[in-house]
Amino acid sequence: MPTLSMLLVVSAALFCIGLLAALSRRHAIFILIGIEMMLAAANLNFIAFWRFAPQPAPPTGVMVAIFAIAIAAAEAAVGLAMVIAVYRHFRTTNVDQLDQLKG
Amino acid sequence: MSTVAFAGIAILTLAAALAAATLQKLMHAALSFAVMFVGISAFFFFLGAEFVGLVQVFVYIGAVAVLIVFTILLTRHDVGKVRGFNWSGVFVAVAVFGGLVWTISKTKSLSIVPQQIKPVTVQRIGELLMTNYVWPLQCVGVLLTAALIGALILVMEEKS
Amino acid sequence: MADSFDQIFIRAKQWLLSPISCRAPDWLIQVASSLLNIAALLGVFLTLFALISVLERKILGRMQNRYGPNRVGPFGLFQPVADGIKMLIKEDIVPARADKIVHFLAPVLIAATAILALGVIPYGRNMTPFIIDGGILFFFAVGSTTELAVFMAGWGSNNKFSMLGAMRAIAQMISYELPLIITVLPVVMIVGSLNPDKIVGAQSTYSLGFVPHWFVFTPWGATAFILFFVSGLVESNRTPFDVPEGESEIVAGHMTEYSGFKYATFFMAEYIGMFAISGLGVTLFLGGWHAPVHFLEFIPSYAWFFVKLSILLFIYIWLRGTLPRTRVDQIMNFAWKFMLPMAFTCVIAAAVWHYTGRGLRGWLWSLGVIAVVYVTLSILLDTRRKFAPRTYRFAE
Repeated sequence: MPTLSMLLVVSAALFCIGLLAALSRRHAIFILIGIEMMLAAANLNFIAFWRFAPQPAPPTGVMVAIFAIAIAAAEAAVGLAMVIAVYRHFRTTNVDQLDQLKG
Repeated sequence: MSTVAFAGIAILTLAAALAAATLQKLMHAALSFAVMFVGISAFFFFLGAEFVGLVQVFVYIGAVAVLIVFTILLTRHDVGKVRGFNWSGVFVAVAVFGGLVWTISKTKSLSIVPQQIKPVTVQRIGELLMTNYVWPLQCVGVLLTAALIGALILVMEEKS
Repeated sequence: MADSFDQIFIRAKQWLLSPISCRAPDWLIQVASSLLNIAALLGVFLTLFALISVLERKILGRMQNRYGPNRVGPFGLFQPVADGIKMLIKEDIVPARADKIVHFLAPVLIAATAILALGVIPYGRNMTPFIIDGGILFFFAVGSTTELAVFMAGWGSNNKFSMLGAMRAIAQMISYELPLIITVLPVVMIVGSLNPDKIVGAQSTYSLGFVPHWFVFTPWGATAFILFFVSGLVESNRTPFDVPEGESEIVAGHMTEYSGFKYATFFMAEYIGMFAISGLGVTLFLGGWHAPVHFLEFIPSYAWFFVKLSILLFIYIWLRGTLPRTRVDQIMNFAWKFMLPMAFTCVIAAAVWHYTGRGLRGWLWSLGVIAVVYVTLSILLDTRRKFAPRTYRFAE
């Protein structure tokens, strides 16, 4: 049976891959994909800590994970709506070209 | 046996996540993003939180992944490839990963093995949602309604 | 005696597993048992698929005043064999600029999700292939993965018709997923569990010895069953909602660029989706594998399940032979403006039924709630379009 530190390393790796996607890709949708990955990694952390807690433990980790999934879905919907609205206006999804407020 | 299962699920999830983060073709990245969520849902099943795993498949693969592929369809003006990859992001991500792994390995209290538990039943989750967590439930309902209306307003065609 | 017929498949499985059940470790027995379950499921439902594909053509033919296929075998019943051989020997054409991996994986994924959904339905006493605590949620989670697979089929073909067909299919499926799930909510609410076995168990009693306590005999259950059935029609892309595979409109929608065995896979996935939704409707509303009257309980439980399933499938085929295709905007209007409010009303009516006692008073109160909302919706959604009196012209 894996130890808690192995699970935490896996979720840290997932978080860092999400960070990689959010920082290094230039397409707006990829950044949103990265953010969703980071949220999923945090959910995995919650469930891992709930599972490894000294029994009997209240299922707080499970409840927080359920709410986090709902909130992540709402945030993805609004983020994608913003991407579509920005595309309609500027005809581009490359975040490097959205610099009209700079300076 | 369970270590083998854990290793298999971990490899699947991390490989799909890496593919989603680095593939050049948008559609393939979006589809491996969906595969990654299958992997995470498998993790939830492995850890005994079956309801969360099912909700994860339902919400993320059934809704968020479809949203993302639809948005990719609606916002493309060239076919497939997207140029631009910022290499400094890789350094930051590797640095953060190193820091997290170092912290985890230094914490002795984390090298514990789990005890046997009964998986938490749907009935228990329902009871908790209606008694202890009823305020968060209502707030999430209001939040989802506000997000729905907001997203619709953002993409409505302006009549001007 | 009756019990032995009823449990004959369970005993057969235990007999098959008996060589290894003493000596092998636990996980091996579980894996072998699951494999036997899967083999039985596939065997039964693929045979049913073959049978239904020829029976549908014969029933449609009879409704259109002609014989269906009747050349191959007695009464044309070997037609699926001929169809299968035809599909297998056709050339597998993949468009040159199609995305090879996505194009290949789409029919695999659609068939896989359809067959997965069959795994949680109770087919008889103790005959659920996989008992999952959140079985109903598993069914819908797997069903919602179908949309992604349809999209993969449409996009992977690199064809405008496929893309348009896939978008229409997904819009339709997403819109009707909401009424589908919300009509299941009253049943789950009244039973208090997402486990299909418990839902069937809650419908097992009879009042007066011959009126079963199926949920379809309550007002909210009848409305929910009709809404569930219509949503199931839409989810499986059947006429009158088969805009995605329109033939006269959009060639074959997302299945345009598939030939031979892959097309047969799509075809099979559609029918198996139909079986899964009908099976779930039987489980949730029609009492699962229970008999309609108490003294008929000697007939095996799986026989009752298949009788009810066959009746629902006949209604599917009947609707295909009778109704014309609806327009895409009519489908969307229907879903969002009529079915969704009615589905919410079913939830409220079920709560009213429960809290005014589950007897005659509860029945009348919940019927009143549903009737008020239905009449209000009919008045609000009336388009006030007058039609000219119908004239008939016959060939001279």
